[in-house]
Amino acid sequence: MPGDAEAGGDEAGDEVADGSGVRSYTVRLELVDEPGELLRALEPIAESGGNLLSIFHERGNLTPRGHIPVEVDIECPPDRFDDIVAALRDAGVNVIQAGAERYSEEVTVLLAGHIIDTDLSDSLNRIEECSGASVVDLSLSSPEGTDDVSSARIRLAVESGRTDEALSTVRTLADEKDLRVVEPLTNGGETA
Amino acid sequence: MKIAVLGAGAVGRSVAELAGEYGHEVTAVADSRGAVADADGVDVAAAFDRKDEAGSVGDADPDDALAAEYDVLVEATPTTLGDAEPGFGHARAALERDRHVVLANKGPVAERYGDLRALERDSAGDVLFEATVGGAIPVLSTIADFGPSKVTAARGVLNGTANFILSRMAAEGIDYEHVLAEAQDLGVAEADPAFDVDGTDAALKCVILANVLSDGDAEFSLDDAEVDGIRDVPGSALELAAEDGRTVRLIGEASPDGVRVGPRLVPANGTLAVTGTRNIVQLETRHAGRLNVSGRGAGGPETATAVLADVGRLE
Repeated sequence: MPGDAEAGGDEAGDEVADGSGVRSYTVRLELVDEPGELLRALEPIAESGGNLLSIFHERGNLTPRGHIPVEVDIECPPDRFDDIVAALRDAGVNVIQAGAERYSEEVTVLLAGHIIDTDLSDSLNRIEECSGASVVDLSLSSPEGTDDVSSARIRLAVESGRTDEALSTVRTLADEKDLRVVEPLTNGGETA
Repeated sequence: MKIAVLGAGAVGRSVAELAGEYGHEVTAVADSRGAVADADGVDVAAAFDRKDEAGSVGDADPDDALAAEYDVLVEATPTTLGDAEPGFGHARAALERDRHVVLANKGPVAERYGDLRALERDSAGDVLFEATVGGAIPVLSTIADFGPSKVTAARGVLNGTANFILSRMAAEGIDYEHVLAEAQDLGVAEADPAFDVDGTDAALKCVILANVLSDGDAEFSLDDAEVDGIRDVPGSALELAAEDGRTVRLIGEASPDGVRVGPRLVPANGTLAVTGTRNIVQLETRHAGRLNVSGRGAGGPETATAVLADVGRLE
């Protein structure tokens, strides 16, 4: 279980000037197994405007060099991310991997209609391309055969703060292909 | 209070029949073909016996009921869209006589909210319309108690027919057409179910909620609502939702920013996944989080209780 830690970065959730908002990143570090090392590694993140989402401290696993691997999830405006990695390296922290974007939100939608004979793979590709989402699960049901009305349940992993954008992409696509979308309630409704 | 009841369908009839139990007197009843009026009180049972036998509650002109002696006019004629007539005209006539108006008819508050409020401002009478949203459920009075500015949004299941169909489809794995036929046999759905299954009825209720929540800052009518119905939600979609612990409900959302009604994915065991003809409304409040109010959203006696609660508030 990752331990959650809030670093309370001032910028968390703020839109940056170019409107691209806040993104989530995973940074893999390796630490020497000594008291205070973890705290020392986390300080540059908050100081550079990153918001700490979670820390996964893999005690018991050792890197090839005998150090402890730590996975840290942070949120920050994209233009800050390089500064954060640089600050970590300046502080002598060994950064193994940085910059893999993490999908931090999930949203499930239903589609109904002529899903299969309107080129399902094209639909999925466009959802992924247009909204920075990834299709992580797809279930299909075609009780009347593939050239009649089918239903699909699609689970999307979405970058932090881009759920509305992803839903809007699905909506546009559905309008174009004459499909019915059943969306979850996103603004304050239960979505579990 | 002396009550004149316009409209002798399920709701109007129940209002007239229950009025005595609430300490009120019915001085006029009208249907589309005739009326009966008596300043000392109408014999309600006799009037409806006459309607059952002869098709109308009385021989008088329906307009005689509008001109009769009453403190409160209860408008329970069928909801009409656009100019919302004749309901709107009935409300106007009563307000111009400085009488109170209690609406069960959604038309005037959904389609001509600003006009109605303007008439109310020039009148000594007030307009209340609890019965227009969610039947017996005290939605509008709850919003009034909180204060419209303290409620940021409302959402919920506001059409029992559509909800019955979706919950039966999910439970039995049968398609829309079969469940609709069953609902029609049971009397849950009308012979022409369009008003319910296309989302119009739920949208009217949400438009009324949006009008109340915006408290004069904006006015909404049905044309402003984004509305999708349930006809093209196949059984296979409900099955896929169920595999994932979810279900589909026709959810209406209302806020001072607008109105949206359509089938939505909700947790299968969540608050909004009410079954059968039950209705639920969720209010998002500024200082008290989320409030859920649930109950019977339709039916003669059920809706009449909301009308009579409004009459009580006007005393």
